[in-house]
Amino acid sequence: MNVQEVADRVIELVGDRAEAQVAVDGTEHALTRFANSFIHQNVGERGLEVMLKVAVNDRVASATTSRSDDAGLAALVEEAIHAARLRPTDKDWPGLAEPAALVAPARFDEATATADPNLRAAEVEAFIKAGGGLLGAGYFDTQGGPTAFANSAGQRLITHHSRATLDGIHQTGTSAGSAHATGASVSAVDGAALGARAAATARDSAGTLDLEPGAYEVVLSPECVSTIMFFLAAYGWNAKAHQEGQSFAELGEQQFDPAVTIEDDYADDLAVGLPFDVDGTPKRRITMVGAGVSEALAHDRRTAKRVGTDSTGHAIPGGDSFGAFPTNLHFRPGTADPTDMIASVQRGLLVTTFNYCRILDPRTQVVTGLTRNGTFLIENGEIAGAVSNLRFTQSFVEGLSSGRVLGVGNDARMADSEAGPGMTSAPTVHLSEWNFTGGAQG
Amino acid sequence: MFDYAQAAVEGALAAGASYADARAMVVRQQGLSCLNENIEGLDYDESAGIGVRALIGSSWGFYATPDLTEKSARAAGAQAAAIALASGLAAGEPLRLLDVPVVTDHYETPFAEAPFDVALSEKADLLVAVTRTMSQVEGIGLAQASMRFWDTEKYFVSSQGHRISQHLVEAGGEMAATAIGESETQRRSYPQSFGQFETGGYEVIRRFDLAANAGRVAEEAVALLTAPECPSGTLDLILESSQLALQIHESVGHATELDRILGWEAAFAGTSWLELDKLGTLQFGSPLMNITADATLPGSLATFGYDDEGTPAQPVDIVKDGIWVGVLSGRDSAAIAGLPPGGMVRGDGYNRLPMVRMTNVGMLPGDSSLEEIISETSDGVYMATNRSWSIDDKRLNFQFGCEAGWEVKDGKLGRMVRNPTYTGISPQFWGSLDMVAGEEERVYWGIPNCGKGQPMQAGHTGHPAPPARFRDVRVGVKG
Repeated sequence: MNVQEVADRVIELVGDRAEAQVAVDGTEHALTRFANSFIHQNVGERGLEVMLKVAVNDRVASATTSRSDDAGLAALVEEAIHAARLRPTDKDWPGLAEPAALVAPARFDEATATADPNLRAAEVEAFIKAGGGLLGAGYFDTQGGPTAFANSAGQRLITHHSRATLDGIHQTGTSAGSAHATGASVSAVDGAALGARAAATARDSAGTLDLEPGAYEVVLSPECVSTIMFFLAAYGWNAKAHQEGQSFAELGEQQFDPAVTIEDDYADDLAVGLPFDVDGTPKRRITMVGAGVSEALAHDRRTAKRVGTDSTGHAIPGGDSFGAFPTNLHFRPGTADPTDMIASVQRGLLVTTFNYCRILDPRTQVVTGLTRNGTFLIENGEIAGAVSNLRFTQSFVEGLSSGRVLGVGNDARMADSEAGPGMTSAPTVHLSEWNFTGGAQG
Repeated sequence: MFDYAQAAVEGALAAGASYADARAMVVRQQGLSCLNENIEGLDYDESAGIGVRALIGSSWGFYATPDLTEKSARAAGAQAAAIALASGLAAGEPLRLLDVPVVTDHYETPFAEAPFDVALSEKADLLVAVTRTMSQVEGIGLAQASMRFWDTEKYFVSSQGHRISQHLVEAGGEMAATAIGESETQRRSYPQSFGQFETGGYEVIRRFDLAANAGRVAEEAVALLTAPECPSGTLDLILESSQLALQIHESVGHATELDRILGWEAAFAGTSWLELDKLGTLQFGSPLMNITADATLPGSLATFGYDDEGTPAQPVDIVKDGIWVGVLSGRDSAAIAGLPPGGMVRGDGYNRLPMVRMTNVGMLPGDSSLEEIISETSDGVYMATNRSWSIDDKRLNFQFGCEAGWEVKDGKLGRMVRNPTYTGISPQFWGSLDMVAGEEERVYWGIPNCGKGQPMQAGHTGHPAPPARFRDVRVGVKG
C-alpha cells in the first residue's frame, strides 16, 4: 500500500466508532556524517510512521506505529479506540479539520529524495578539500518522499516533499568556522563553496583574545537571528503559551523595532517542509511581527477553538501539550549591506553562531547561550581580530526592541538555528547592545 | 526476531562488510499528560524494525527498515554495506573493533508491576487529582503532571556470533506548578524538572507519592513570585541532588565521551576540553570527587545487560579522588585510545546508529549530609531543581538556573530566593567541591532526553548524586 492507501485504510478500520485523523509519513532519510576530514558515519532509513488520533465522544487518544500491514493497522486502531474509551473527556477537543485545499504546493525534487550515498560523499569530499588541510566536520543529509493525511470529516491530502542540508565546520588547532546551506533540492548545496567559507572563518578566527564581558554593539549572522526567532516562536508566538500567560507577546503593541518584520510563510520561495500540519490544516501565512508590532500567533485547532478563531495550520506532532509552532519563519530582509554594518561599528562584535541557548524565563525572553565558530572584535569599522567565545544572558525581545535595531541586512537566506535546519530564513542584523556575561574562562 | 537480525548481518557480509551487527527491536511507549485537571495528551507508540550497521574501512554504514521480513532484513544489510562503501571517497584510517566475549544471553529489567498492565483510568485519575491539588493553591495558573513508560524488546546479532536478547522496562513522570506573575513566571517541579525516570515498572510512579507533594510544590511556586532575587556575587553553593545530577551530566558525562574527545562530534555536540594524553594524571576536581559510569546499578535509568555492541554492562571509574581516570567508550573508539571498551554504545530505537552514550554516570557518596553541609556554611545559597542549562562545545563554561534557592547564613537555611543561577568553568568548579553527602541522600536520577548525534537521538541516562557543596562560586548572573 502507498501512504495514501494506508491513510484511507486506517480511516476505514475506524469506521463510525470514532472521529479519526491519520497522517502517514513515508519519507526516506539519509545522512552522511564526517569528522576529522573523513566520513565516519553514514546512515539511511526507509521510514514509515502512521500517526492516528481518535475521539470517542470527546475522549481523545493518539497512537503511532511503524507497521503498515493490515494486522499492524488494525492493532493501531484498536489500541487508540480502547485507550480513548478509558480516559476522561477532553473539554478542549476541537473536532476534525474540514476539507480545505492547500495554500501552496509542496517543494519536491525527485533527485534529492533519491540521492545516493555517492552523491553525498562527493559534496562532502568537496567541502573537506576546500579546507586546504584544515579539519572538516559536519553532515550532508537528504530526505524526501510522500506524506498523506486523511480524516473522517473528509479532509484528504497527499504531498511529496524533499530537503537537502549541508552543515559543516573547518577547524584549525585553536578555532573553527561554520557554513550552512539548506533547500528543497540538492542544487542548493555547494560543498566546495561552503567548505571555503567555513575554512576562511576558521583561519580568520585563529589566535583569539579574551575579551572582558559587558554590553557590546553586535552584528549578528543569519544563524544567530534564526536562533532568536526560534525562541520567540516556541515560547511567545505559540498561542498555547500565550493563552497560559507564559508568552511575552502583547498583540497590537510595538514590542520590536520598526525594522523588524517576521512572518511564517510556507509560500515563500525559500520554504521547505510540508504545506499542511499534523491536523490536516493547510498552513496559512501569519505575520507575527509587522514593522515592530506584535500582530498574530500560531494556532492549532485546539488553541483556535479556545479564542474563537481559525487554526493557522501550525499543529505539530505531540502538540496537544506543547502548542502550535511555526516552522517556516522568515525575518524579512532590509536594505543594509552587511559589510556596511561592520563599517559603521566603532567598537563591537561580529557573531557568526550562537550555541546551546536556553531560556531562563519565557515571559521576559531572557536567554543564556554562547558564541561559537568565530566571534570577531570590530574596531573603527574594521575587523580587529578574533575573540574567544563569550557567554551572553540577554532578553531577546529587549535586544530587538525599538531603537536597538541599527540595521537589517539584504542577505536573507535559509539559516540553521538551535532547533535545526529548514525552518528559518534570516538576514544579518545589527543591534546597538547585547549583554555578554562571561568569557571563555568564566 | 533473531532470524531477521541474522539475515541482516548475512546481507551486509555478503555485500563486503568486514564486520556487521543488527538489532531487531519492538519498542512500545505510553504517555499521559495532564494540564489543570484535563488530560491533554494520551499517546501510545509502537515502533518495530531492524537496523543493521556494516563496517568497511573507516566508516560505519547503517540502514534501517520497518519491514520485519527476512528478505527486507537481508536487503537492509546489503544497503548498509553499500552506504559504508560510498564513504571511501572521503576515507580515514581503518576502524578496528576490540573483542568482547561472544555470548548467547538474555537480560530482563527487574520490575514489580508491568506499566502497560495498569489501567489507564488509574493513571489518568492520579494525574487529574494531583493537578487539582496544585490548582487549588491560589496563584497557580498551570498545574501539569505527566507519566511515560517504555517496554523494549531488543534482539542483537553480530557477525562474530553474539545472540543477545533484552527486555527493558522504564517508567517515570513528573508534576509541576507554575505561578504566573505580572512580568515573569515561577515554577516548581517534583521529583525533578522534566521528570524522573528509572528502570522498573509502575512501582516507580507509586514510589514518587505525587499526591503527598502536590500542595508543597504549588505553594513554593507561588512564594517564588514574591521572593527576593538570588543574591549576586561569589558565594558558597550547595546543590540539591537532582541539580548536581545535571551538573554531572553536562560537565563530566559529556566531557568524558570518547567520541567527543576524538573529534567525532565536533560539528554538532562539540568536542571536549579533555585531552587523552592527560588521562590518569589530570586533576579534574577536588579529592572528594569520585565519578563512576555504572550500567549495573539496580533501578537506575541506564541499567541494562549489554550495550548495542554486545559489550556487557559494567562499572567504570571516570574520576577517582579528583583525578580523571576513565572515559565513556565503545569498541571502535576504545581501540583508537588504547583502552578497554566500556560498554557504552546505544542507539535510540532500531532506526538509529548506536553511538557512545552515558550510562549511569554519577557521584559516589561522601561522608557528610545536607544538614551538616548547611550547618557548616556561613554565607551561601542552596539551589534546587534545574530550570535552565547551557554549556559550551568543549564542556568548560557552564551556566545553570534552578527553580528555587535559599539563602544560607551562619549555618542556617534562610529566605527562599527566586531566579537562582550560577556559572563556572568545569575544572575550577569541581576543584571547589569540599563537602559531599552520604549514600542515604544519594538519588539515582534519570534523564530520558539526552540529545546527541545526527540524525538526533534521545538517550536515556542515569546520574546517581547526593547533595554537595562548592566553594566560591559566581551566583546570581543577571541578564
